[in-house]
Amino acid sequence: MKLEGAILRVNMTPGPRHAKLKLAGTEPERPAGTSREPPGGEIARNPGMPLDLDLVLAQHVNRSAVERRAATIPTRRTVKKQWQAAWLLRAVSLIDLTTLSGDDTRGNVRRLCAKARHPLRPSLERALGVEGLHITVGAVCVYHQLVATAIEALAGSSVPVAAVSTGFPSGLSPLETRVSEIHASVAAGAREIDIVITRGHVLTGDWHALYDEVRAFRDACGDAHMKAILGTGELATLTNVARASMVAMMAGADFIKTSTGKEGVNATLPISLVMVRMIREFFDRTGFPIGYKPAGGIRSAKNALEYLYLIKEELGDRWLRADLFRFGASGLLTDIERQLEYFVTGRYAAAHRQPMV
Amino acid sequence: MATTVPEIFDTMEYGPAPESDKPALAWLERHQSTFGHFVGGAWTTPRKGGLFEVINPASGKVIARATQGTKADVNAAVRAARNALPAWQGLTGHARARHLYAIARSVQRNARLLAVLETIDNGKSIRETRDIDIPLVARHFYHHAGWAQLFESEFAGHECAGVAGQIIPWNFPLLMLAWKVAPALAAGCTTVLKPAEFTPLTALAFAELAHEAGLPPGVLNILTGDGTTGAALVDHPDVDKLAFTGSTEVGRLIRKATAGSGKKLSLELGGKSPFIVFEDADLDSVVEGVVDAIWFNQGQVCCAGSRLLVQEGIAERLIEKLRVRMERLRVGSPLDKAVDMGAIVAPVQLERIRSLVQQGEREGAEMWQPSWAVPTEGCFYPPTLFTNVSPSSTIAQVEIFGPVLVSMTFRTPDEAVALANNTPFGLAASLWSENINLALAIAPKVKAGVVWINCTNLFDAAAGFGGYRESGYGREGGREGMWEYLKGSWESRVESRESGAATAKKRTLDSRLPPSNSRLSIADSRLPLIDRTPKHFIGGRQARPDSGYSMRVAGTDGRPLGDVGEGNRKDIRNAVEAARNAGGAWARSPGHSRGQILYYVAENLSARAAEFASRLLDMTGQDGKPEVDAAIARLFTWAAWADKWDGQVHQTPIRGVTLAMNEPVGVVGIASPAAFPLLSFVSLVGAAVATGNTVVAVPSEPHPLAVTDLYQVLETSDVPAGVLNIVTGHRDELAKVLAEHDDVDAIWYFGSPEGVKLCELASVGNMKQTWCEAFWRDWPNDVQGEGREFLRRATQVKNIWIPYGE
Repeated sequence: MKLEGAILRVNMTPGPRHAKLKLAGTEPERPAGTSREPPGGEIARNPGMPLDLDLVLAQHVNRSAVERRAATIPTRRTVKKQWQAAWLLRAVSLIDLTTLSGDDTRGNVRRLCAKARHPLRPSLERALGVEGLHITVGAVCVYHQLVATAIEALAGSSVPVAAVSTGFPSGLSPLETRVSEIHASVAAGAREIDIVITRGHVLTGDWHALYDEVRAFRDACGDAHMKAILGTGELATLTNVARASMVAMMAGADFIKTSTGKEGVNATLPISLVMVRMIREFFDRTGFPIGYKPAGGIRSAKNALEYLYLIKEELGDRWLRADLFRFGASGLLTDIERQLEYFVTGRYAAAHRQPMV
Repeated sequence: MATTVPEIFDTMEYGPAPESDKPALAWLERHQSTFGHFVGGAWTTPRKGGLFEVINPASGKVIARATQGTKADVNAAVRAARNALPAWQGLTGHARARHLYAIARSVQRNARLLAVLETIDNGKSIRETRDIDIPLVARHFYHHAGWAQLFESEFAGHECAGVAGQIIPWNFPLLMLAWKVAPALAAGCTTVLKPAEFTPLTALAFAELAHEAGLPPGVLNILTGDGTTGAALVDHPDVDKLAFTGSTEVGRLIRKATAGSGKKLSLELGGKSPFIVFEDADLDSVVEGVVDAIWFNQGQVCCAGSRLLVQEGIAERLIEKLRVRMERLRVGSPLDKAVDMGAIVAPVQLERIRSLVQQGEREGAEMWQPSWAVPTEGCFYPPTLFTNVSPSSTIAQVEIFGPVLVSMTFRTPDEAVALANNTPFGLAASLWSENINLALAIAPKVKAGVVWINCTNLFDAAAGFGGYRESGYGREGGREGMWEYLKGSWESRVESRESGAATAKKRTLDSRLPPSNSRLSIADSRLPLIDRTPKHFIGGRQARPDSGYSMRVAGTDGRPLGDVGEGNRKDIRNAVEAARNAGGAWARSPGHSRGQILYYVAENLSARAAEFASRLLDMTGQDGKPEVDAAIARLFTWAAWADKWDGQVHQTPIRGVTLAMNEPVGVVGIASPAAFPLLSFVSLVGAAVATGNTVVAVPSEPHPLAVTDLYQVLETSDVPAGVLNIVTGHRDELAKVLAEHDDVDAIWYFGSPEGVKLCELASVGNMKQTWCEAFWRDWPNDVQGEGREFLRRATQVKNIWIPYGE
């Protein structure tokens, strides 16, 4: 069907006139109403800031209202045809391809890394006309023991290795052990460290302890980027999620991440909405953009697109790049491949015909 | 715009995501895109030369032609409804439930067709028609299938109001149809519904579907046309009940046109609803609330949260967040599945929005719109935000009915309430605070029929919807909505008695009771009476009449019994002021306390029962004792109800509670009938006072002394000053002043047909609620003289939605 004269921003009239926005205080001068987004190119790394308890405790989240908003994000936005294909490719590039199982061996990690380098089979890339984009996933995420294997398997590619650390998944080993674990992974070549916070600090409102802990992890990371896993499924309330997000960013997190994948509830749209709103708040106040990583439970292409709508709507396009957004997932890639194949062939695809992760 | 996969991979733009309109166009083609009315179960032949165009506002293209309803068409439709009434009304509740259930199923089976049809007709986004309008339509029929099923048990002693005439607006065409048709059919009414001329298509499609689902011919008739068609329906003498949703201006015309006609009337009118944000609110959620409040359906929503009231300390931050959010809204083809806002319904509405926005700017408010532009083809208007708005500016007062938000700040909760209520309207309000104490304290203070706490624009069939003040009266949805299509069975017995027997002399409330042969108590008095000319009773004191005149009160033998003050408009003014001042505290006082006071009045009346009985005998010639005893019993009844007129918790589909609270209407003006001067007065005033209203009452004009004697009883019974004010004089004259008074919230008139008409006509100033009757009511009868009917009249339901969850 041809859609007539209708799509947004065709037939543009000159923009309406704007009342000049007056901002009090020290706010930087910028055009009224424009979304606050960091510039393209490399972003400045968050140095952290002193713990501002007033700001932490000022965060109140209304769960019902958040759930209502989250519920309409997938109904207010959709992408079809080549837009959907392109968005799904983008999603591929944002995946932290992950294996975090007790039975991980060098064998399955090597296989994972091979997939990370070439997430799409060449015929599919050609059909989509995207060979030139050299799409890889965002990173490979493994336990410390397998960092060396992954680095070896990814040699020559730009795909970084991320290590889960600090007593993952519960984070309840001695602090020195957790810090030295970071040192070990960084020494082994991990460029990204996914730390877990002590959920008990959040549940007891011990924000100082949480801040100090995350700060210590950040210091241990050095040049490696730190993703702070909040374990949101164990934080009880959305207000806790908001406050823990804020403290982690104050303590220098480069990314905040929902879950280990081991909690009862992992990434959800409402939880993500709360966390990305905190990222926006932190960026508005400090100018440092923090990345976001939902992890666990994101298995379908459709669900991945919903996260991308959420990010685009709440944070803006700049956050749709791998330096500011990742999916912590493994099975997701296969479903995206199936959808891309359907786009190319017009036939619904089968999982077993996609190269295995 | 990027169109290749690699380009889009880089830009991450949205692309087009159109919903197909083919099935809807095919439906139109099946009807040659030309429609007659749907009357008596069949299409009328479209009349050459009598057609009007139906336009898709997103494209400006004509998509269909519909028939302009004439007076003859209205006659035919009402006749069809009348003919169908006995059989439909005669069905069991279960049988009607089966029909309503079948309709609900049919709506669900055809959900997408109806959604697309609605979108191309109205211009609202397919997301809204698909996810909100049509699901709510189905839900409404399911819910009311339930009321039909339970009809005999839950509405015992009641029957349907008869033939309903229903006139609905263009903003939610099919949903408004559902709100009107579902309760009417459940109650046993048959109906003639006129959709708005901009948006007739889904109503026509619905009629077809309903009849395919087995609805008997004539039960639902759809008549298309403009305001003249609506006016003919309003004027039709064989319509028993009118339900209208639309502007306050037209609501006023309908109230005038139906004054004195005896037609039951419910009006859902305009609004300028406040959206109140306290400093402890979750501001990011507030922003989305605003989106749902004023950019839902392009702001063409009667209950749109169009006045943003923000606590001063957070105003700047909130406005900034709003602007960022507005930049990301998408306006475009309503059939696109990824737009937030579609088209404005028609060029005339677009023009109205534009001119009001210009006026707002001229009056000094600051206007802001996002940097992007809306499509130039079709009727589109961007989301618009005004700051620096004063309560006196036009855009803060009038209903814009477009995507235009005006914002103001407040300092304290009290100031928020004052600003919120600083409007003639009272449809809805939205409150945002994380403090439950604050939110639940503010909710009862806001004059609005619906209050949403930390949410907005939530609707459900189980909860009543409707306004306070000039936003109209009556409720749609829930148990409270069913009453709009019902009447007491005794009423129809009275009617049939009166219309049936041509020889029977029509008894009205003004009929005096026939004199009896009882001995008159003063017959043997030889001495002149000590003068006891009662004054008025205003603000707890006896007040001399402003006019300085008095009126003679005569007994049945014509001999003067005394004088009472001749009240005038100034006395009424003073009495209303006293009632208004007493109102807040009385409404807030516990039901138990109000009950205790009424018991005390009964006790003191009982102590002087013989004196009152003798007075009644003197005035009416009837043995007064039974009336006094009945009045004491009735006071007991109202005292008993004072702490029992509970609200409800509605079963709406949210995680939370929806509280339906019975709130007093406010200041009630009561003009008592001539008959049973003490009992009728106590019956009416008692109901109003027990439920927390304050009252200005005009006693029986020929027999006022039974009431003026009450002054001393009231004074000794701890009735707070101003709760009950009494002005004696010429009833109809004083009733008219009360009916015209903008600070009186309801007028109850029991008297002559002329007086009924007078009061209903005069009520349009502030669209006050009216309860005006000229037919005979048997006051001693406890079905007719007391009970829930009185309590429903004395209160209005406020639905407070409180989602919860941490």
